Amino acid sequence: MSYKRPDRKEDELRPMEAKVGVVKNAIGSAMFKIGKTIAIAAVYGPRELHPRFLQNAETGILRCNYNMMAFSGSGNRVRPGPSRRSKEIALVTTKALEPALDLTEFPKTVVDVFIELIQTDAGTRCAGICAASMALADAGLNMKDLVCAVSGGMVGDVPVVDLDYDEESYEGGAVDIPIAMMPRTGEITLMQLDGVLSKEQLHEAMKLAKKGCEDIYNVQKEALKAKYKEE
Amino acid sequence: MLSISKNYIQALAKKGLRADQRKMEEFRKPITVEYGISSKSAEGSARVKIGDTEVIAGVKTEVGKPYPDSLGDGTIMVNVELLPLSSPEYESGPPSIDAIELARVVDRGIRESHAIDFKKLCVKEGELVWTVMIDIYPINATGNLFDACALAALAALKDAKFPKLEGDVINYKEKTDTPIPLEFLPVSCTIHKIGGKFLVDPTRDEELASDARLTIAFTESGKICAMQKGGDSPFTEEEVLKIVDLAAKKTVELRQNL
Repeated sequence: MSYKRPDRKEDELRPMEAKVGVVKNAIGSAMFKIGKTIAIAAVYGPRELHPRFLQNAETGILRCNYNMMAFSGSGNRVRPGPSRRSKEIALVTTKALEPALDLTEFPKTVVDVFIELIQTDAGTRCAGICAASMALADAGLNMKDLVCAVSGGMVGDVPVVDLDYDEESYEGGAVDIPIAMMPRTGEITLMQLDGVLSKEQLHEAMKLAKKGCEDIYNVQKEALKAKYKEE
Repeated sequence: MLSISKNYIQALAKKGLRADQRKMEEFRKPITVEYGISSKSAEGSARVKIGDTEVIAGVKTEVGKPYPDSLGDGTIMVNVELLPLSSPEYESGPPSIDAIELARVVDRGIRESHAIDFKKLCVKEGELVWTVMIDIYPINATGNLFDACALAALAALKDAKFPKLEGDVINYKEKTDTPIPLEFLPVSCTIHKIGGKFLVDPTRDEELASDARLTIAFTESGKICAMQKGGDSPFTEEEVLKIVDLAAKKTVELRQNL
């Protein structure tokens, strides 16, 4: 079954918007929108970590939180509070961002990142990671690089990048591979896969995601520069 | 809060002054209302800003069996979550008492004013009724969440359209042109008493220094439709009547933003 995208090329991301400094109370914050998926992230800290046994005397700790607002889903209202899904996404998000971040200057502390989804059309964990890495940079923390994330994959037998909800649930079958990377080195910090495909197809999807991440990188950098131009 | 800051705010208030140079009866500016901020997923949504305070609200609908004591009535539900994203004061976990009070005060303003006719939320008496669920989230919490949340809830309701109902199943992908049956907008205003003086739209520091507060919702014709007192100090009868006058005047202004 050959799939044809209605409104964009197979290697094309959905339209993006990014803005830094969207939550004044926070040390750093950012909004990242890709297609109809909208994520905001806010950073608080470094601050003292309780209970104390969680503290690391060598370095600060990164702690991410992922939440979908109750009205942000495409079907029924999403029940508030953490779910197994949101906890897992928070975990992989933390692991995706950690390699870019250096918190050794702040031992025994925690840096909290709160990610909220206002509207969703698939790709929420990737959008959350993109917003969070901009928020961490906005907070002025030491970072090796920004982290960019997008999903590669297959819709039917066609390799694509940045799947939306309709594509993820394509009846001819779809493969979704969320990938995060630090574009400067090309190192991959998040990788998950749902679906069935060959090694060659995986490689093809990874190449598309890598190219997508480079596009996201430019949008993120422009948004960070825009904030400091204003000031 | 440090007692030195509290004393400072109280001393200023006694002279009719505020730390941010505003008049006692003056809201922060600008007040903005933006509709349809989550229009793909929510039935209705809105973002409200009062100065630096920002709140978003979204409406979802579901259908289900009515309550046994009101077989011909649909219902509403209001939920406020004080996101740790919005302030260093808030922590993750079960809803705090502040979040619960906020949600119940907003709920009361809409429910008790009969702004939504629950009869009109009935699909089939005794069998199927609509539940309208309003979820409110502060994005940046720097004071006066009471008024901001109430305004955001009304704006989201005003923006909302029912999804398509196929038998007793909702097709969320298709929205109808039918709005939520809002008879009018019950706007509310919260008045704080600090150092014996009254002020509106407190900053977070003013809230922490406040002796007492009274939230009042008004119908479009100026009738009172819900109230809630908070804070440690009591009010005299005269004070309550004075507050009603001030709140009535301010809700006329607030209403112009919707």
